[in-house]
Amino acid sequence: MHEILTVARKEFLEGVRNRWLIGIVIILALFALGLGYLGAAISGKAGLLPLDTLIVSLASLAVFLLPLIALLLGYDTIIGERENGTLLLLLSYPLSRSQLISGKFLGHLLVLALATVLGFGVAAASIAALSGNLLDVALWRLFGAFIFSSILLGGVFLALAYLISVTVSEKTHAVALALGLWFFFVLAYDLGLLGLLVFSHGAIGHDLFPYLLLLNPNDVFRLANFTLVGASTAYPGMAPIVMQGGFSLPLLLSTLLGWLVLPFLLALWRFQRAQL
Amino acid sequence: MDTAIDLKAVSKHYRALTALQQLNLCVGRGEVLGLLGNNGAGKTTTIKLILGMIQPDGGELSVLGCSPGTPQAQALRLQIGYLPESMHFYDPLSGREVLDYFARLKRVSVDERDRLLDQVGLTGAADRPVATYSKGMRQRLGLAQAFLGRPRLLLLDEPSTGLDPIAALDLLERLRALRREGCTIVISTHQLAGIEQLVDRVAILQQGRLRIHGTLEKLRRRSGLPDRLRLRGHWQPASLQQQLAEWGCRDYRLDGQVLELTTTADNKIPLLRRLLAQEGVEDLALEAPNLERLYRHFSKTPEPFDA
Repeated sequence: MHEILTVARKEFLEGVRNRWLIGIVIILALFALGLGYLGAAISGKAGLLPLDTLIVSLASLAVFLLPLIALLLGYDTIIGERENGTLLLLLSYPLSRSQLISGKFLGHLLVLALATVLGFGVAAASIAALSGNLLDVALWRLFGAFIFSSILLGGVFLALAYLISVTVSEKTHAVALALGLWFFFVLAYDLGLLGLLVFSHGAIGHDLFPYLLLLNPNDVFRLANFTLVGASTAYPGMAPIVMQGGFSLPLLLSTLLGWLVLPFLLALWRFQRAQL
Repeated sequence: MDTAIDLKAVSKHYRALTALQQLNLCVGRGEVLGLLGNNGAGKTTTIKLILGMIQPDGGELSVLGCSPGTPQAQALRLQIGYLPESMHFYDPLSGREVLDYFARLKRVSVDERDRLLDQVGLTGAADRPVATYSKGMRQRLGLAQAFLGRPRLLLLDEPSTGLDPIAALDLLERLRALRREGCTIVISTHQLAGIEQLVDRVAILQQGRLRIHGTLEKLRRRSGLPDRLRLRGHWQPASLQQQLAEWGCRDYRLDGQVLELTTTADNKIPLLRRLLAQEGVEDLALEAPNLERLYRHFSKTPEPFDA
């Protein structure tokens, strides 16, 4: 455990030392605040957005930002050390490969968690203050659950980034793959599903549709947050899917956790067998 | 002799490429070995095998009494210091933080970490980010991490890269001190002149095979390379050629007052006596084949002096 914590500590230190972490916190907070204040203006109303609408909107924002941040944080974790010559050095220490990769993951996950808690937490506090009730239990419970699911989503893409990092032989390939993966899960997958439904006039995939959504961690995250706020009538677009699938929040969060664990274990397995 | 590293008929292949073939190499405890060879000769593969990062396809190896790569050998790594050939440390961290990271992994005290920073002359820059370090400073930081935990075995790949002459001399002194304490040292380098005074034995690898292994004296004997004499004096070019031929010396060059010639070991003393008996000899330098010439010889590269 000492070795894992030592590696995690170093990754965390290095992560928070990077200025872009502060950038991420500011971006997340600004977007969250902007949505909270200005989101209602789109529908011609003034004032704060209703809380459940805000969480659903934030979830839609998070699926763009968090995967990108996590992929960028993790894509070079192994291949970068390999190219820098420090991987061989580290493995000459009393440190196993599984300890190294686990420590790195823990450290990076803490960096992500810190950025998410700070970014969305600042926004939540500001919104609570503006609504006149800083200790609004319902607001903090919802935001807490949203932040937790956001950290899980970040963890999923961090694990995917690790899988890329142990697979490629060059850092540039890792960047390309990471961006490709982001494009696939954030944009292409849902469009593909939609296309399938439209062109088959609903014949193909209609019954399978909710389950197909589970194959995209972004959709699982969104479904989890819809379920969290109890989306029913307010969001007719997604509500039928949530109803039809009948997925419970624990099931959706477990699926998200599965999405984190599986690529991480794959990355670990590949790294154990990598020829250095 | 107590053995620190023992490789017996070790082979390693990477798909179709043969990296090492039937390598036999033995390094005694407290000995300094110069591991030499052209690029691709198998030096790094040998070091990786010793570190247990890769497993041999054939043969046996033992390091400090253990078989590297086995679970029991994990503890062995506490006793090994390693410096890879080229390294780029973590830019956002300070030198002290980088060394602290490695010291924690080796469970080395804070006091020793700071003492090593001082020894490599980085105390003043210890709290600056590594990103601001020069190449030499990075190398010194790399050396400091290799010295962590008073290793019993040091594997150094190009240790003097980027070091200024004083730092390189300090490194030699430090390595000599470590050897006196019983540390076994393997140095892989292309900078032959820098290690000549330090190594006890040399191993030259060639295309994954051991070309030759032994002390410098053994290499000199086996090479049959002549010693070089350099004399400054007032020479008579007209009679010199004939005289030298009579004394059994045909390989010479006269450049103004400086006469350079080669001699076999047998003829060295008689020839010296005759030359010194000449009038007008002002200065003399005698040079046995150095590591550079020996390396060239065993690598089958013609010597420039002969060409």
